[in-house]
Amino acid sequence: MAVATFFGARVNRREDPRLVTGNGLYTADVVLPNMVHAAFLRSPYAHARIKSINTEKAKALPGVIVVVTGKDIASKLNPVPCAWQLTNAEIKVPKYYPLEIDKVRYVGDPVAVVVAETPYQAADALEAIEVEYEPLQAVVDQESACKPDAPLLYDNDVPNNLAFHWKISSGDVSRAFAEAEVTVKERLVNQRLLPTAIEPRGALAQYNPSKDELTVWITSQNPHVHRLLLSLMTGIPEHKIRVISQDVGGGFGSKIPCYGPEAVVVLLAKELLLPVKWIEDRRENYVSTIHGRDHVEYVELAGKFDGTITGIKVITYANLGAWLSTAAPGVPTILFGTMLSGPYKIKNLECEVFGVLTNTTAVDAYRGAGRPEATFILERIVDIFARKINMDPSEVRIKNFIPRDAFPYTTPTGLTYDSGDYEGTLRRALEISGYKDLREEQAARLKSFLQESTETGKRKRTKEKLIGIGLSSYVEVCGLGPSSIVRSTGFALGLWESATVRVHPSGKVSVFTGGHPHGQGEETTFAQIVASELGVNLEDVEVVHGDTDKVPFGMGTYGSRTTPVAGGAIVFACRKIKEKARKIAAHLLEAREDDIVFDSGRFYVRGSPGTAKTLAEVAWASYGAGSSELPSGLEPGLENTTFYDPPNFVFPFGTHVCVVEVDTETGQVKIKKYVAVDDCGKQINPMIVEGQVHGGIAQGVAQALWEAAVYDKDGNLVTSTLSDYAVPTAYELPSYETASTETPSPHHPLGIKGVGETGTIASTPAVVNAVCDALSNFGVKNIDMPLVPEKIWRILSSSSPRLESPSSTTSPS
Amino acid sequence: MSERGASSSSSRESSPPHSTEAGGRSGGSSSKRKKKKSVSGAQSGISDLEAALSGRKTIQVKVNGRVYQREVEPRLLLVDFIRDHLGLKGTHIGCDTTNCGACTVILGGKSVKSCTMFAVQADGEEILTIEGLANGKQQELHPIQKAFWDNHGLQCGFCTPGLIMQAYWLLTSENPNPTEEEIRLGISGNLCRCTGYHNIVKAIQSAATMLRSARAQEQVVVTAREGRR
Amino acid sequence: MFPKEFQYASPRSVQETVQLLNRFGTEAKILAGGQSLIPLMKLRIASPKYLIDINRIRDLEYVRESGEFLLIGALTRHHTLERSELVKDKVPILSETASSIGDPQVRNLGTIGGSIVHSDPAGDWGATMIALRASFNVKSLRGERSLDSDHIFSDTLTSSLSPDELLTEISIPIPPRDRSGGAYEKFERKVGDFATVGAAVQITLDKAKKAFEKIGIGLTSVAPTSMRARRAEESLLGRDVTLANLDEAATIASEEARPIDDVLRGSAEFKRAMTKVFLKRALIKAAGRAGVIEIE
Repeated sequence: MAVATFFGARVNRREDPRLVTGNGLYTADVVLPNMVHAAFLRSPYAHARIKSINTEKAKALPGVIVVVTGKDIASKLNPVPCAWQLTNAEIKVPKYYPLEIDKVRYVGDPVAVVVAETPYQAADALEAIEVEYEPLQAVVDQESACKPDAPLLYDNDVPNNLAFHWKISSGDVSRAFAEAEVTVKERLVNQRLLPTAIEPRGALAQYNPSKDELTVWITSQNPHVHRLLLSLMTGIPEHKIRVISQDVGGGFGSKIPCYGPEAVVVLLAKELLLPVKWIEDRRENYVSTIHGRDHVEYVELAGKFDGTITGIKVITYANLGAWLSTAAPGVPTILFGTMLSGPYKIKNLECEVFGVLTNTTAVDAYRGAGRPEATFILERIVDIFARKINMDPSEVRIKNFIPRDAFPYTTPTGLTYDSGDYEGTLRRALEISGYKDLREEQAARLKSFLQESTETGKRKRTKEKLIGIGLSSYVEVCGLGPSSIVRSTGFALGLWESATVRVHPSGKVSVFTGGHPHGQGEETTFAQIVASELGVNLEDVEVVHGDTDKVPFGMGTYGSRTTPVAGGAIVFACRKIKEKARKIAAHLLEAREDDIVFDSGRFYVRGSPGTAKTLAEVAWASYGAGSSELPSGLEPGLENTTFYDPPNFVFPFGTHVCVVEVDTETGQVKIKKYVAVDDCGKQINPMIVEGQVHGGIAQGVAQALWEAAVYDKDGNLVTSTLSDYAVPTAYELPSYETASTETPSPHHPLGIKGVGETGTIASTPAVVNAVCDALSNFGVKNIDMPLVPEKIWRILSSSSPRLESPSSTTSPS
Repeated sequence: MSERGASSSSSRESSPPHSTEAGGRSGGSSSKRKKKKSVSGAQSGISDLEAALSGRKTIQVKVNGRVYQREVEPRLLLVDFIRDHLGLKGTHIGCDTTNCGACTVILGGKSVKSCTMFAVQADGEEILTIEGLANGKQQELHPIQKAFWDNHGLQCGFCTPGLIMQAYWLLTSENPNPTEEEIRLGISGNLCRCTGYHNIVKAIQSAATMLRSARAQEQVVVTAREGRR
Repeated sequence: MFPKEFQYASPRSVQETVQLLNRFGTEAKILAGGQSLIPLMKLRIASPKYLIDINRIRDLEYVRESGEFLLIGALTRHHTLERSELVKDKVPILSETASSIGDPQVRNLGTIGGSIVHSDPAGDWGATMIALRASFNVKSLRGERSLDSDHIFSDTLTSSLSPDELLTEISIPIPPRDRSGGAYEKFERKVGDFATVGAAVQITLDKAKKAFEKIGIGLTSVAPTSMRARRAEESLLGRDVTLANLDEAATIASEEARPIDDVLRGSAEFKRAMTKVFLKRALIKAAGRAGVIEIE
């Protein structure tokens, strides 16, 4: 098979044979001899002092081995680490211990752990633990929690519950607003979400005292990071810990952090000298695995009547929950505020973020991590602006897009967008969706609806459903990321990635990558890269990940970094191998290195393709290392380890168009059409790219229409089961029309960008814009998500529609 | 004489005959009338009732063609029996409230959520799990498995066995020629967080076509054979 | 996530079952489909000391016509009712209601009897049973009795059965073929969710197919139990099938409904408004199925 066809080919995934036959190995599947089971007792109060814990009854139950409280292990575990301690943000990092000792700070906060012979017995024992709590006042929303009279989670360690205060600004925002012809203002809420990977989290730890080694199987997106953080928490030396994570059932960011219970399981394994396993159930997952989003934003836009946007001002209250999770501080700041000019030529920008602790589950990175929040407010305020100046939303966007010849483009926030063609994807999306026809259909339906509803004086049975068309144009920062930038923001490590590529004597290739895909398909796409680079058969390439004993340090999979960054490391490793191989080939062919050509896995002297050496023959020679095989000065072997630190982030972009139908009797919204045009540069495997886009869209649409993590005022998570939290089924979601353009990243060896999160980033505002568009004739500027039927019904039943658009250039904002 | 006769005269509104009441009426406390009482006619004594109850039960289940006999607690969930007692880890657990469908298996020819059944309910039944779908020692993939593979109908794979089993029931027992809407409704008991369902639907459509043409082939063969008789 | 321990019995006959209920009834639960009970047990909201599994009593699973009635064994699965040709022919609202419950796997195991005795006001069968004026045969060692649809539900999650009683059969009067129609309209956040509101209607028209001769209206999720919209029924009985009358009936139903605020599914006010919308839709559908071509 010709080399070139691997790259860009829709190759079936090699992950699938084991997964479709039920032979995946997820953490819950691992069985060890003498394994015992842990269960955590969690606080039913959002905020309370722990007065006493009595474990005697529990200890006496059948099968129970130990019952441990926070006090018992107070000196044995360090606090849960926060790995992104923002610089220049007055950050306060509270000490949060894996098992609480004096106080609980959210419903679900662990206070004790039981180890028993079976998980059933462990669950029984939990009920027998007697805890006396003194409930305290709880605060659940971020705007209240930072007020002077709010109850404090960590007393004076975090005054006003304000964990950080971060700002970014550029240009002259005051002047932009002072001179603005038009301003619009809105309070936008990006509601709290539950990541809901279908596999709950868990850990299985085993300690081998004779070698003083610990092995941990964990549901992790980043095994080495877990190894390091577990080492920091438990004191076990890093190099004595092996973390294994073969198959992981989805992460979406929720399996990045190191969680307290994981360290407790490790400690128990060490103390009991038994393998200890803990697997969450779904309710536990919902109260103790990190949540996503939860921003309250005050957004203002300044502009001109001709549609030019001159300034953006945002004040954000970010709810961080009850502890600072691993990456949490960077999500509503670095990954959010720096993207607020989006794909537009906005020069004047100001963003202020208050990171507030509350008596709720911690919030950390969730698919998109900061960028969905940024794109949401930008695309919503642009639409509100467009309506105010009575301009088509696509025209406003085109007016303000950074033009395709302006790249690399430095934003007011200091990022350098690598490449882009925003207008290109927008026009393509409009074309595919039939935008003009849609607008005509919309107008016709509106007219008919208005006629029907006024015809008989009182509301006749109106069958007409209103159509709404929503756009969302985005650019996002991913391929995290250049270490010097990342470190300067306070992230604890760099965001490079490692790869070892090893050619075996027989010519087979093993790739050890620091990326850790959990559905994104890199076992396949990395093989495609290597097969293309080295000219070998796809079947002869093995991709290994997820085991800290096998892979040099890897930073893991999140932030759409695996294909660009881990892939980049692999490419460079392959190229260094080819360099060495070329030298060996030259030696074997008794030619000069400059005369050697490499093509489709063969080295030959230019002009004599008939006499060639395959990579396998070169490999053998490298291990044979005889004087006729290896030139002097060259070491035997044919492998390379590369740590690739990307020179920049990558910036995929695109436009999505969503068409909705609103049932005017019930407020129900149905998506009639969804078009996505995305550009992630070169694509290794278009089938996998589409899959990532589909999945991303589904989660973004779900936020717009159905999902919300709801707390009552006492801090109880009302949506604590999958029966309450409305994750959509196949019936709710539409099929997606996807297309792509290819604008390579100039700084990337393969021209590729990431695409794992773009669907989620783009889709949420596309849907909300569509619904607001459908209801625009009812004077609607904004509706808070999720757009449940009742919200829409209230608007429809309390206002009368007008045929003309209500906006006028002289009306106040 | 049995306590049943005595109790049947009690009014509808009163609480049912309590064991001590019944025992009292018949003379002697129930605790004395323990295990050895004989059965009279259609009505059994207390000891038989107590014998009918069990804290542990031996069950026999045929899974993927193999018969297993195990002693289990009644509260053991079927999914835990399959995973932990039989070591078949392909069936997964994703929730607590019967929503996600990752635990779907075929029991007695019907797709069921094995997390919402007790193992004791499966006594005497036949179960098919994901491990039983591929064919023979070479593990030749079932057309549905192949269709998921060919159509990129999975990403992390965690919901996949449950979905494949549900698709199997849908296409082989329920509706071999479903429309897109029928497919989406047919898998509405299975949640996937990775794929957005788009490719899953395509995979099932593709599998439906494959299975229909395979059946058509069989028909041709059968008809030909019958013609020859 | 795991239930508490319990003692388990698997009787092979109704007789054995009622004997067990007689003895242990107050501390026992019947395990039929288990699709409502087992989740409650896993969350430890329900922890019966004795679990009586009636799934071996295959004689309790049947659908048959007997004179003017359709007789359904209590253990009949939702799926059976969804697909049965007999049901679709004689009382199609049963099939429509069955298909709205849960999801396909839940329907394969869940039973109509279990669902009814569970008495969840958000359960879909209740409203349809009320609309059909079903009656329920209940057995115990003390004998047999029949409950009607106005008396089967006592309170939220509490049926009128005594702890020693077992529901064995549901009896549905078969509506006259040529001038009856039924419909169940369910408003849900997503397919298979508990109803935000639901409306079941079964009507029989007069011979001229102009007026309502018989009308049954049941509502889901708007009262402590499945509710009969009595005043709405009365407003239509004997009157002509017109949009104005249907609208008025739907309005009356929305006023007699007593929904509560649900932070996830909607406020009481919204549920009332939707009661009207969905009942009206159900009435129109039912009338259409009864043979009214166009409603003025």
